[in-house]
Amino acid sequence: MLGLNKTDTKFLLIVIFLTLATPILLQPFAENSGLAQFNAGYPDLMQRFAIYGIFAIGFNLLFGLTGYLSFGHAAFLGVGSYSAVWMLKLLSMNVLPGILLAMVVSGLFALVIGFISLRRSGIYFSILTLAFAQMSFNLAYSVLTPLTNGETGLQLSLTDPRILDAANTSGSLPVTNLFGAAMSESYKLEFLNRVFTFNVGYYFCAILAIIAFYISLRIFRSPFGLMLRAVKSNQQRMNYTGLAARPYTLAAFVISGMYAGLAGGLLASMDPLAGAERMQWTASGEVVIMTILGGAGTLMGPVLGAGFIKYLENIFSKINEHVLHGWFSWLPDGLQDLVVWIAARFTGEGWHLTLGLMFMLVVIFLPGGLMEGGQRIGKLFRRGREDVPDDGTGNRPKPAPHVAE
Amino acid sequence: MSNANFTRRGLLKSSAVAGAGLAMPTIFTGAAWSFTNEPTAGTVTLGFNVPQTGPYADEGMDELRAYQLAVEHLNGEGDGGMLSTFSSKALDGAGILGNKVAFVTGDTQTKSDAARASAKSMIEKDGAIMISGGSSSGVAVAVQGLCQEAGIIFMAGLTHSNDTTGKDKKANGFRHFFNAYMSGAALAPVLEKAYGKDRKAYHLTADYTWGWTQQESIQKATEAIGWQTVNNVMTPLASTDFSSYITPVLQSGADVLILNHYGGNMVNSLTQAVQFGLRDKMVNGKQFEIVVPLYSELMAKGAGKNIEGVFGSTNWSWKLQDEGTKAFVKSFGTKYGFPPSNAAQTCYAQTLLYADAVSRAKSFNPCAVVEALQGDSSSLPGIDSAANKGFLFDGLGNGQTLYRAADHQCFKDVLVMKGKENPENEYDALEIVEVTPVKQVWYEPDNPMFAGGNLGECNPGA
Repeated sequence: MLGLNKTDTKFLLIVIFLTLATPILLQPFAENSGLAQFNAGYPDLMQRFAIYGIFAIGFNLLFGLTGYLSFGHAAFLGVGSYSAVWMLKLLSMNVLPGILLAMVVSGLFALVIGFISLRRSGIYFSILTLAFAQMSFNLAYSVLTPLTNGETGLQLSLTDPRILDAANTSGSLPVTNLFGAAMSESYKLEFLNRVFTFNVGYYFCAILAIIAFYISLRIFRSPFGLMLRAVKSNQQRMNYTGLAARPYTLAAFVISGMYAGLAGGLLASMDPLAGAERMQWTASGEVVIMTILGGAGTLMGPVLGAGFIKYLENIFSKINEHVLHGWFSWLPDGLQDLVVWIAARFTGEGWHLTLGLMFMLVVIFLPGGLMEGGQRIGKLFRRGREDVPDDGTGNRPKPAPHVAE
Repeated sequence: MSNANFTRRGLLKSSAVAGAGLAMPTIFTGAAWSFTNEPTAGTVTLGFNVPQTGPYADEGMDELRAYQLAVEHLNGEGDGGMLSTFSSKALDGAGILGNKVAFVTGDTQTKSDAARASAKSMIEKDGAIMISGGSSSGVAVAVQGLCQEAGIIFMAGLTHSNDTTGKDKKANGFRHFFNAYMSGAALAPVLEKAYGKDRKAYHLTADYTWGWTQQESIQKATEAIGWQTVNNVMTPLASTDFSSYITPVLQSGADVLILNHYGGNMVNSLTQAVQFGLRDKMVNGKQFEIVVPLYSELMAKGAGKNIEGVFGSTNWSWKLQDEGTKAFVKSFGTKYGFPPSNAAQTCYAQTLLYADAVSRAKSFNPCAVVEALQGDSSSLPGIDSAANKGFLFDGLGNGQTLYRAADHQCFKDVLVMKGKENPENEYDALEIVEVTPVKQVWYEPDNPMFAGGNLGECNPGA
């Protein structure tokens, strides 16, 4: 189907199923139970899962296939967001023009940055991309303030022209929509004491994420993808055989930048605000961590990594001392304070520490990321069976030997 | 090939579809709610969204303490604090409208993006019916916009930009804290008395909405008393080192440095300015002076000896002697062991004001709450203006205060403060120079510094 072999088709169908069923899968705990804290099935977070999934898939196309570690991918995310918000301000509250422009602008941006940065490889390439991203960040903060509204962030206002939309007389800001279907519209379903929220914005992101995933799958399987992998395994040998690597890497860089632009445009479509901090180097580092945590060079890994980090950031960071005291109230007073104090270092605003520890553990013990962990567990259960694994791992590229390469 | 697996998936999928079909008749919850996050099961959830990391983290933590205290008092725990001194008696210490008050907290990281994500999760996941918080006007403006769209009440915490209740005002948003215009109006006469009419000012300004409007307000107010403005330099909010901005000040011929910085930024820039010896210099035959238009106790504590003799303004001080202040300082001090900052007071007051408005409106519906906070057209005495209408209250520490219906801004006395020469302890770093009467800081809603905005309609959401 769709130019995929049987295993890949099955893999894609599983991904589609998981994506569409996310609102149900992420809401496993009953509403009033103590574990409801860990439910993640609310629209904002699900949208983020899908959007950062796209971002990480795109990043993986560059890093996973060619091995070029870009440390400035957040710049494309930011550029995409700004373009989309400007479209929402000037043209229409329909999100499509914004998303298209976001992809075009970030693609052009990537072409320029890639053209210069790809003259070098390895650490020099990483530093160059990082420099460009920091430059964009600082420009957005200072001289480009008329375009970006600086630290306050670019926002919609009642006086924006929006030339394609009917005049707004309601006195309140219009909402982003897709041909009239508001992104914030939700459909709630109560079932077995659980509330499942089916959100228009999420399904819009999810469908784009599936398309993005399908395209990345096709690239992985294509001759072009093979060329990119050749760049990773031995660029010198490739040059000796008379193949120019630059056009391939540049194409991968631009595609990857457009993925990031799409993610940025979607972020702005779900919540029409763009802040410069989206371009900061920490945001670039985040996507690197997502990809490595999940498994660089695998198809599913980066998406898992993105979900993992966003889950920690949004759910774990909400466990404050107040909640912890609730959990440990059965302990005697002095001991309770001590346990809460220790636990609080790892939750709430200390979630970064938990993430850091997880990252260290993964890099040391599972160099292939969470995907490798999954495969190892899968193997345990499948021991003794000779057939090809059925989760699509069959003809996928082997995980990178080690992330530091 | 294990086709069995595939079939199992299929089975799972079809049973999920069947399950959804069976559950159909119970859907529609959306239509059943008249407004977003209507409280159920006897609890009402408030969302407190403050910076716990970043340059304003100290202020954020103090705000959080105040919120916790307010929730305790609303639920009838502790000594009740300002509930007993508040002029409106609708609150009885049994929660809000009989619902126990619960709260969730979030970290804004002093970034608009993170703040909106955190506020969104409070609204969508935790069912918060009111969001309060701030500490950065950029964040407050962004979250206020979000709350307007979502149909949630936003009770701004510490936000001092004119835009919050000016250009970016929203029907669902309310501000108790004073603003940059009021700081300028209160400070100018004091500065004139202390430093004379012939001064040259150099501004260092945090580069976002608050810095911009404060700089504009102070420039206007000081130029009205005859000062000149030599230069205005923008500094990024994220900077921690200001030395490169301070060196050019001396070469500019200015004899006053105005620091439009707040929180950690101000602690650093003031400390560096003093270390560079600015305050020991004589320029144009006059002593060089530094002014920090917006002060806080926490900044004063952070800057230590460097703030001695430096003028600034605050919304409130724990040293005031009215009944409300005394009650609040007592219960805050008992719980935490030190006096509250003016950020804490505004957050505490905002929580009480919201609870009181709900109780008076007898409904959590945001539109009813907006109406209750806009009040019954009572007026502040002594001010002759058509806009002098709103909800008048007393006993929350600032004396008689008006929540103005026209722009949802509170009007009350403003304090001009000065760094104390010989503080007795680290909480005693500021002294009150003057309590500027509300009349002097009053402005009309159509003042050019606040023009361009529109409250719009209240939005109850769902």
